[in-house]
Parts: sequence; structure tokens; C-alpha cells
Amino acid sequence: MSSENGKLLPETDAGGLNFEATELTLGLPGESRVTSDGVAKLGSKRGFSETVDLSLGDNKNTNKFGQSQIDVPEAAKSPVSKAQVVGWPPVRGYAKRRTKSCKYVKVAVDGAPYLRKVDLEMYNTYQQLLTSLEDMFSCFTIRNYLSDKKLDQVNGIEYVPTYEDKDGDWMLVGDVPWQMFVESCKRLRLMKSSEAVGLAPRTPPKCSSAS
Amino acid sequence: MNYFPDEVLEHVFDFITSHKDRNSVSLVCKSWYKIEKYSRQRVFIGNCYSISPERLIARFPGLKSLTLKGKPHFADFNLVPDDWGGFLYPWIKAMARSRIGLEELRLKRMVVSDESLELLSKSFPNFKSLVLVSCEGFTTDGLAAVAANCRLLRELDLQENEVEDHRGHWLSCFPENCTSLVLLNFACLKGEINLASLERLVARSPNLKSLRLNRAVPFDTLQRLLMRAPQLVDLGTGSYVHDPYSEAYNKLKAAIQSCNSIRSLSGFLEVAPRCMSAVYPVCENLTFLNLSYAAGLQSIELTKLIQYCRKLQRLWILDCIGDKGLGVVASTCKELQELRVFPSDPFDAGNAAVTEEGLVLVSAGCPKLNSLLYFCQQMTNAALITVAKNCTNFIRFRLCILDPIKPDPVTNQPLDEGFGAIVRSCKGLKRLSLSGLLTDQVFYYIGMHAKQLEMLSIAFAGDSDKGMLYVLNGCKKLRKLEIRDCPFGDAALLEDMGKYETMRSLWMSSCEVTLGACKTLAKKMPSLNVEIINESEQTEFNLEDRQKVDKMYLYRTVVGHRKDAPEFVWLL
Repeated sequence: MSSENGKLLPETDAGGLNFEATELTLGLPGESRVTSDGVAKLGSKRGFSETVDLSLGDNKNTNKFGQSQIDVPEAAKSPVSKAQVVGWPPVRGYAKRRTKSCKYVKVAVDGAPYLRKVDLEMYNTYQQLLTSLEDMFSCFTIRNYLSDKKLDQVNGIEYVPTYEDKDGDWMLVGDVPWQMFVESCKRLRLMKSSEAVGLAPRTPPKCSSAS
Repeated sequence: MNYFPDEVLEHVFDFITSHKDRNSVSLVCKSWYKIEKYSRQRVFIGNCYSISPERLIARFPGLKSLTLKGKPHFADFNLVPDDWGGFLYPWIKAMARSRIGLEELRLKRMVVSDESLELLSKSFPNFKSLVLVSCEGFTTDGLAAVAANCRLLRELDLQENEVEDHRGHWLSCFPENCTSLVLLNFACLKGEINLASLERLVARSPNLKSLRLNRAVPFDTLQRLLMRAPQLVDLGTGSYVHDPYSEAYNKLKAAIQSCNSIRSLSGFLEVAPRCMSAVYPVCENLTFLNLSYAAGLQSIELTKLIQYCRKLQRLWILDCIGDKGLGVVASTCKELQELRVFPSDPFDAGNAAVTEEGLVLVSAGCPKLNSLLYFCQQMTNAALITVAKNCTNFIRFRLCILDPIKPDPVTNQPLDEGFGAIVRSCKGLKRLSLSGLLTDQVFYYIGMHAKQLEMLSIAFAGDSDKGMLYVLNGCKKLRKLEIRDCPFGDAALLEDMGKYETMRSLWMSSCEVTLGACKTLAKKMPSLNVEIINESEQTEFNLEDRQKVDKMYLYRTVVGHRKDAPEFVWLL
């Protein structure tokens, strides 16, 4: 799959679960095995608990590839949210099997008289989405923060792609791994650059792999 | 040694089709080698970097059918970065230059560019069959070239590829006089297609036996296609959504009833459950049913459908079928050989609908079961022991407990005994994937009993190097070993370096192996390529020998280091 590495998909659990009961530990209850590093763990030193940010109180929220991280505050917002390890479970094409098999979201452009709809499942990467939006609203320029490349200017007005996520917040497109974005995006808005003061970064955010 | 003229030997060799046997034939004597060499038409290359295109062509100049595999298996789960390798183009270029009469190409996990597809389409006038599985790097433009230029094309089979859809009219590029299609599978394409072209293409393909549509093909088009191709043996629907009380629905029902050759059914990428009754007439003769993409079907609809499928041999389904639904499978599908149960929501383990109970039911009801891929919420030793008793014929046993280090929930024990029972009982086991809480003990059992094992996948398991050593020492036929997040380190890696020459490849990621050990291995074994995949900012010079490597992939090769490795792959 051509999606980025290190993608982590926060999952909001059904809720109402006793978190302690679902917390993963490496090791049978009551047992402790100590590796040569003196760390009490069963299994790999870089074991499951290191690669997954589980506990709400735990501040280990790095992932292997330095990409978007699950903030502890973010996790605290949705109680009992689980982070995932890269490549687990080992199922290919899971995205295609999800219940929501097509994801149409509205696209609004500041200044345009009507909205459009796009199916996010049609794309694999941010680049593809932005290119498609550019085709759709061909008289506007969309500022592409991922590659810091100005798409061809026609009338000199730049737009910043933003989206509304599941929590109702307006986010800048491009921060999180693609699949996570598809999951959480409710609708898109191409905001005028001039209005995005304070929201749009002056320098593009670092992404360790091109989308 | 030669009592017969060469032509006679060649004729005899024609009957020897297995790659292994033909390889053995070529070792008998020089003249057999020569005859076999020139008469060999089908070649299988399990790792595209184990040999070069030039050497392949020199070795088998009569090559007509080539199978190539690229990226390691764990690439399916995003563990291998894009651009790692596996490029098709050099192979096409070399074969085109040497005027190889290529007719068939099967690729898995390769990077296929439009350029290579175009070159392919123009270089091999007898080209008949293209099968791409889990590949990427091409767009519908490449498909257009194949459609337009391969005049004798019989098969175009696209399975689970990442294809950039330019929404061009690639289907319209099949010339009007192309009537040779036998198999057309474009289910994995995401974009719109030209429906009129599709209908015309199907109408002029009297030999079409297998047709798998993508989501863009609507219900009424399906009906018209079936009217034109009642001879279909394998059907994959596109969108299967309609009002069941409409004229169009009745027409489809009638169309399906005239298709009495259908033995294999898949698709339902979008599905309206109330429309499923139209396919009931087809069910009684089905041998393969794939509903693993039909997320819109609930357990009730699934079980209703399955109750008609008495002759089913292979079933791919989502776990929303539930344990009870698997019970229906067990009591209906007595001919079942292969079962794959996929997770409908892989990250929400709390909601997973199948447990050990479903598996036990199927094992009890389906004595012919020999191949399993099962994603479940939990598993017990008792269940696995029962399954092992019920089904001794497993060739493939892949169990994935969604929580990868979950013990037996009843006894809180690791699942060593359960898997031990499986390997002890299934003497023909060739492929095994483990999950759940596992200690070194399970590897002891595997090394002791899994004598036919060729491929083993391990994750989050084991306690020490001993585990890996049991496997390397005991599994004499092991070809592929892939390990992630296990406490196996240098001692295990270096104990028997010659072993890796008997295997295709070894993958180890997030284990305890250090750079120094990898370097040692690479130095002592020139017949192996030892690759380190390093995605952090560190360069080869910053990483010390005693530091652990994140990802190591080693494989045997006769052509040394590959020249196309990207920056983040270090060839030691």
C-alpha cells in the first residue's frame, strides 16, 4: 500500500470498558521477567508496550518513524482510545473492508457559490486529493503545505486546505497520516490564505515521508 | 547416458511440470541439463533479487512464462518503505532486448511502472496473460497500453493492486477485433470506467470465463453483462445496490438464472442486503465464495446465503458472521477446504465477532479443512487442541489474535500447548503464523514436529534466542522466516549461518539483533545479501556496531548486491 509508514490510527473504543482490564501488559499477571537491561518485561525489549501508547497516564508517545504522535491530551479526550502498532493486525487492505466503504465529504471554498463533494476513499495520498481539488476548483490556487510547492497561480489568491474532524475542530490538512485523516474528516474547507493568519505555518511541517 | 535422441527426451520432459522436478532433471547429466534448459518454458523466481534478468535469459532462453516476487511479505503491513525496490522495468527491458517470446507474466509485490507496462505491451507479440498481485506504481495509462497493444491478450488479472486511476478510457483501448479475453479482473480499480466499452468488450469475448468488476459498475450494467456472458464461471460483482422491488432487480434475477456455470462468486463491494436473494440460485454449485469485502452484510444475511452453498470448498468472509454463523458453515459446507475470516474492524478488538468457538465448530463439521486464515478476538489452548484432533490435514494454519500477546483467557496460560498440538497433529503443515502469548516452548514444539514447514511468521513471541534456534535447527524445509518484535538476537542469528543458504529469506524487525552481528553475517556469507532498512536520520557511520537494527532482511542470491537500493537501505 502506498500509504505512509508509521501510521497510527487512534481508535475510540465503544466506551464503558474498564480500562485496566483492557490494558495490555507484557507478562502474565504476577510474573516478572527481567531482561539483561534490568527492565521488567516479557518479550522484546522494544515490546508491545513501548511501541504502543496505551496508558492514559503514560507519556511515551513516540512512534518509530517520528511521525504524527498521539498526544496524551488527545487520548484523554476520548476515553479508552487505543493506539496501534505499525502493521498490526497483519491484514492487508483493511481500509477497503471497513463498513463505511465510501466516504463522501463536502468541500467548501471561500468565495465559491456552491459546494462540491469528494469521495475520500478514491485517493491514497494527500497529493492526489489536492490535485483533484485543484481540478475541481480550477480557478483557485491551493497552497500545498506538504511539498511547499505553489501550484500554478491563476488569479493570485491562495487557499489553505482545512478540514473539520470528528471532534468538530478545524484542522490543517496534512498533519496526520492519510488513513487517519480519511477516518476523521467530516468535511473540507478551502480557506483563503489571508484568513488563515495564525493557523497556517510559515514553514511547512516536516513529514518524513512524502504522502 | 543418452539412449534416445534429444527430441524424445524433450517430449518426455514436457510431462514434467513441477519446478522442483525440472530442477532435478537438469542436474542429472550435461545433456539432460542442455535439453531441459532449452525446453524450459515456465520459470518461478521467488525473490527477484536472487538472480538477474540477464542470467535468467542466458539460463532459459526459451522462457515463455515468468513469475516474479519482489518485496518481502511484511510489506503488506506497511513494514517496508515505499521505494525499497522490486522494480519490474529491468526485467522487461532485458527480455525485450533478448527477444524472449514472453507470453505470461505473474508478479507479486513488485513495483510496476507505466513505462514497463508499455514496453511489455510492445515487445512481446505473443503476450497472453498478465497477473499483478499486490503491486503498485502504475496507473490506468499503463493498462491502456496493455489493452491496446497485446493483440492476443487472454488474461488481465489485477488483484489488490494500488493503481492510480486517471479515469482514462483504458477499457476502450481494447481494439474492436480483440475477442480473445478469457479473464478480466479490475476489481481493485477505484475509478470510473466506460460502461459502454465494457459491455461491448464482454459482448465480443465469447471465451470470457472470469469477470470481476469494480465498484464503479452499477447494478443494471451487471445485469446486461450477465445477459451477454451466461458462460461465466467466475463472477465478481461491482456495486450491488438496488431496490429489490424494481424491474431492474427482476431482470438481474433472470439473468443470473441463465448463468448456470458460475462456480466462483466475489465482490459485493457495495451491497444492499435485500438484494442477495437474487444470487441464491447460483449458490448450490459454488465452490468459491468471497464476501470479505461485503461490509454491508450482517450475520443473518451471510448465514442465509451460506445455507445454500453445500458444495463450497473455499470461503472468505468477514468476522461479522460470528461464531453462530460459523456453526452454519460447519453444518452446511461439508466440502470446505479453505476458510479465511477477516476482521471487519481490526482496531476494535472489543467488538470482534468470532472467537475460538467458531473455529472449533468449523473444525468439527468440515473434515476436509486444510487451509486457515483466522482473525479472532481470543483463542484457548483447549480449542486449538480440539481443532488439531479434528483436522489433521492442515497445510496452512494462520491464526491472528487481534491482541497479539493475549494469553488463553480461560487459563491465563500462553498458547504454546495449543500450537504444539497443531504442529504435532498436522504432519503436512507447510505454513504457520502464530499469535497470542507465546514462550520459547512453542518454538521447541515447532522445531520438534513441524518437519514440512516452509514458511513461519512470528510476532511478539518468545523469551530468548533459544526460541529462534529451535526453529532454525529443527525445521529442515524452512524457506521463509519472518519475525517482528521478538527477543531474538545475535546469538540466534549467527549460530548457523549456513542455514540461510538453504532458505529464500529471513526478515527480522524490532528484535535484538545488532548492526555488528549483521556485518559479521554479511562478511562470512558472500552468498547472502544482508540489508538493513533504516528510516531514522542516522547514517551508516553514526550507528555503532552494538546498536540494534530496526529492520533486517537477508536473502540468498547468486548475483551479489543489488544496484537499485535506495538510500535508506544499507547493503552490508
